[in-house]
Amino acid sequence: MTVSLDLSDVTAHYGNTKVLEDLSLHVAEGELVSLLGASGCGKTTTLRLVAGFLEPTSGRIKLGETDLTRLPAHSRDIGLVFQTYALFPHLSVRDNVAFGLKQRGEGRAARQRKADEMIERVGLAGFADRFQANLSGGQRQRVALARALVIEPRLLMFDEPLSNLDAKLRVDMRVEIRRLQQINGTTALYVTHDQEEAFSISDRVAIMNAGRIMQLDTPEVLYSRPANLFVADFVGFENVIPMRAVAEAGDAVRAEIEGGGMIDLPKQHYTVPAQEFVLASRPEGLLVDTADRTDGLPAKLGLRTYLGRAYQYQCDTTAGPVKANGPLGTPREEGEIVTLIPQPEQCCLLPREAK
Amino acid sequence: MQRRAHPALIAFAVLTFLFLIGPLVIIVGAALSDTSYLTFPPQGLTLHWFQNVFEISAFKRTMITSFQLAVGGTALSMAIGIPAAYAMARYRIELPRFLGNVFVLPILVPEIVLGFSLMKSVAVGSGVPIMGALLLGHALLVLPYCVRVVGASLNSFDFSIEEAAVSLGCPRWKAFFTVVLPNVKPGIIAGFILAFITSLNDVSISIFLTGPGVSTLPIQLLAHMEQFFDPTIASVSVLLMFVTVAVMAIVERTLGLTFLTK
Repeated sequence: MTVSLDLSDVTAHYGNTKVLEDLSLHVAEGELVSLLGASGCGKTTTLRLVAGFLEPTSGRIKLGETDLTRLPAHSRDIGLVFQTYALFPHLSVRDNVAFGLKQRGEGRAARQRKADEMIERVGLAGFADRFQANLSGGQRQRVALARALVIEPRLLMFDEPLSNLDAKLRVDMRVEIRRLQQINGTTALYVTHDQEEAFSISDRVAIMNAGRIMQLDTPEVLYSRPANLFVADFVGFENVIPMRAVAEAGDAVRAEIEGGGMIDLPKQHYTVPAQEFVLASRPEGLLVDTADRTDGLPAKLGLRTYLGRAYQYQCDTTAGPVKANGPLGTPREEGEIVTLIPQPEQCCLLPREAK
Repeated sequence: MQRRAHPALIAFAVLTFLFLIGPLVIIVGAALSDTSYLTFPPQGLTLHWFQNVFEISAFKRTMITSFQLAVGGTALSMAIGIPAAYAMARYRIELPRFLGNVFVLPILVPEIVLGFSLMKSVAVGSGVPIMGALLLGHALLVLPYCVRVVGASLNSFDFSIEEAAVSLGCPRWKAFFTVVLPNVKPGIIAGFILAFITSLNDVSISIFLTGPGVSTLPIQLLAHMEQFFDPTIASVSVLLMFVTVAVMAIVERTLGLTFLTK
């Protein structure tokens, strides 16, 4: 039976420091949601609140119809995978996996059989009698996964599960985690600071900052349509160009770029959110073109670097320094005056924010 | 190319070694001497004095008391020390830092002061029976060893392991016994042995707390020496030494002595 996880208006403190503020989050049945953010953003705190290792100052946490808020941690029926694996060093792989079944009062024969099945499912057949000391990092994390899955929990939670593994193994393991999560369709909450990891396996991702969720959406939407400057910066919209809408110009909006210059933004691609706004883009969202165009930003080229698929230029505009890409066929020289053409699919318009 | 140690350095090392080992050789020699007074080198060889130890009922009685105290006092101290060490390791950040030092106080305070104040407050002040006072005194004496050695084990324990057990449905109190304790067992054994030996060899606390009819082996040794200056004393010392060495050998075999110096 799959259930949903609901946090409503959860606030938490460490001593006098507020670490979470009125956080609400809905994870649907069978969904995998990641909490993504830098350390100290509150993502691990959120996980520990749901696990029951911390108590919220206010707010409610519900798993299906069960109110978890004041339920002791051991009664919450959550499978947890830790960054440090947290295997029981004094127990064999089989006994590690069977630990949760034992707590649930299952008979010896049944729990050994279930443990062995799960050990095989995570690809560790033949390792059941080993101890942690004789396993590699990847194998340990597989045991930790098996241990969390075998109790068929109503919720799976992952706390930076891949941070201690090397790069190649990380990619394999995250596919594995996604696969195992989907077999039973268990609702899952996944905490990480790695954007690629979060985006690759999540149904939705919550980008967090300073104890709040800045945006919660599918990876596709987050990647192309960030809702605010923080998320935009987080997903790589490095260029932030402040501007101001001044007039209608046919099927475009004419805007004045801060520091001088005009740009026409076609209405079919852009919706201007306010009179004062910013254009945010990735470096590949600004394409270097000749100086005679009116639908771009005038700029002077600086240093050129070679990226393999394109050249990247450090540019000076009236609104400040930006990064732009140019095609490989026509390398341009430092000092050239050009126009930077925004590519709608790599750019977005956002309201200005007080810094 | 092999570097050779300076001859003076070698001489210095040999002297230090002799200085450490000398008294032990002398005491073993004296215990074997076939004379009715303590002497070294031994004149003649006999095991008579060892036999004598077990024939004098006071030695037998106090030996039993000493072992009872060492086991009881250490157990009592562990019962207090393990939870304390756990709390300090688990809530390192939340608890005030000086707390760890409080548990070393019994080592820092001169034992004679500790013994005297215990006599004043426990034995005389509140009329606790002698054995009870001794038990309390020894528990206090060895508490620093228990807290420190078990604490060292707990400090390197990943408490995520305990949380993993809880998340798998194990209540916290049960997780402490099924997951935490088995993983700090080496520390508990080492702490127990260290405390046991300290208690067994203690004089300065026991001398204030022993009384009519109840004494410990080291105290009985002192009393005996005041009356008879015979090799029995040396024999008892050798026996105590062997118990200590045997215990240490077990530690070395099972855990490695480096564990104690951590």
